[in-house]
Amino acid sequence: MERVILHSDMNNCYASIELLYNPQWRGVPLIVGGDPQARHGIVLAKDQLAKKAGVKTGMALWEAKQACPGARIVRPHMDLYLKFSRLAHEIYASYTDQVEPFGIDESWLDVTASRACRGDGETIAQEIRERMKEELGVTVSVGVSWNKIFAKLGSDYKKPDAVTVITRENWKDVVWPLPAGDLLYVGPATRRALEQRRIFTIGELAQADPELLQLVFGKMGLVLHVFANGLDQTPVEADGWEAPVKSIGNSVTTPRDMVTRQDISVMICALADTVSARLRLHGFWARRVTLWLRDSGLHGSTKQCRLPKPTDISGEIGAAAMRLVDEAWDGRMPLRSIGVRAGDLITAGSPVQRDLFTDEEAREKRRILDRTVDEIRVRFGAGSIRRCLQDLDPTLRDIHSREEHLVHPRGYFENGNRTGAGEEEQHGTDGDETVRVRHRGA
Amino acid sequence: MEQTVMKRFVCVIAAHDTDGKTHPMCVVWEDGAQYEIEKVEECRRMASTRAGGVGLRYAVRIRGKRKYLYEDEGRWFVEAKC
Repeated sequence: MERVILHSDMNNCYASIELLYNPQWRGVPLIVGGDPQARHGIVLAKDQLAKKAGVKTGMALWEAKQACPGARIVRPHMDLYLKFSRLAHEIYASYTDQVEPFGIDESWLDVTASRACRGDGETIAQEIRERMKEELGVTVSVGVSWNKIFAKLGSDYKKPDAVTVITRENWKDVVWPLPAGDLLYVGPATRRALEQRRIFTIGELAQADPELLQLVFGKMGLVLHVFANGLDQTPVEADGWEAPVKSIGNSVTTPRDMVTRQDISVMICALADTVSARLRLHGFWARRVTLWLRDSGLHGSTKQCRLPKPTDISGEIGAAAMRLVDEAWDGRMPLRSIGVRAGDLITAGSPVQRDLFTDEEAREKRRILDRTVDEIRVRFGAGSIRRCLQDLDPTLRDIHSREEHLVHPRGYFENGNRTGAGEEEQHGTDGDETVRVRHRGA
Repeated sequence: MEQTVMKRFVCVIAAHDTDGKTHPMCVVWEDGAQYEIEKVEECRRMASTRAGGVGLRYAVRIRGKRKYLYEDEGRWFVEAKC
């Protein structure tokens, strides 16, 4: 049976919600942005007026102010946006239990089985559009098609407050003239590489030789060919589905540049604390630590190492990260952002080879100490207990928490490549491979 | 755009039945005046684009007139004239 898949996208989500709660702001361009003082000064969302003035998501706030001097800039209210995301899911859940979120404001719905009682895909899409407007006061654009990729293209095709149906009859007329960059996972680098080969539209990508695409982009080339031809078979996950955790990380942009090794060690300490707390929360030990650095010139680099023993101990993760800092950073360029990621996870408590030279009793004591610190923080707040090191510079203290980094779009290949492209090569694809594909496409 | 209504939080006296349903019975205005709810005609999730917010909207009859009363996470509000 042909699938019927909807992709629903809340238009200018954050800005629309802010305007709904503050109707007196209507008529003036609105920008939702981070805090410039904490150097999170980028545009997270904008309303239609600010968009018309040239404001783009991701732009620095000072750039946005130049583009649209009269705009009102407000700080985000994530709890409110999460509430709307939950309410939207309640609406979606009345049509199907196959609802897969893609970020806070987008979702795929597989309504194939609902057609008999709720009408065809377009009818359901129109109903959802109306209900979102009436019940939540925000508009959505909905794409309807037989695969997730075209459904997403449909929701981008016409906005705001619209439904676009891409059928077997009209898909070549609708999809093929679109720029290749509109396709999921064609980022700026891929787009440039395609353009160098005279591939500008999705139609040209669809008609390109798959072998050539594979040669240039590897497996991702085949995936893009499948996407462009409407052959993607990736299923819509059931509501509540969560990807198995592959790694746990945390990163932060500091209010001032980190200049000395001591500055960095303060941040590494704090990051290792939150990463190890999350490892304990999910019941994992890490076998690999990855360090991510971005200097004041915005150049990023990563370095990773294997841990001698699987661990969730904050001190061991921090020490490994500091060793990586010493290898990766020569001290010349100040650092703007830093991140620590624990990967290659195994279930906590798994059997581990012991050796004669490691004092396992001391490690167990450190583990108990970490758990005790977790409990103190849960009961009395994140700032209730900290290392003396973190008191050296108050500006680098208490600037992140575990919860702040939880909202992010889920990767399309998080549960493996199930597009149908190059199937014979995909068997045995492990977690690392999936992550690699995701990074290349992003 | 001139705004003619504003969001006003109000006290509500309500009954809660054994099914967990809420039945608003009386709206208490900020000056202490009580307005008895004669009938709840409809209850559905709705956005108030005029006052700003979302919630369960109770369409109620007060002194013979249809009024809207919103409940959002335990707080009640009305679209009050400025």
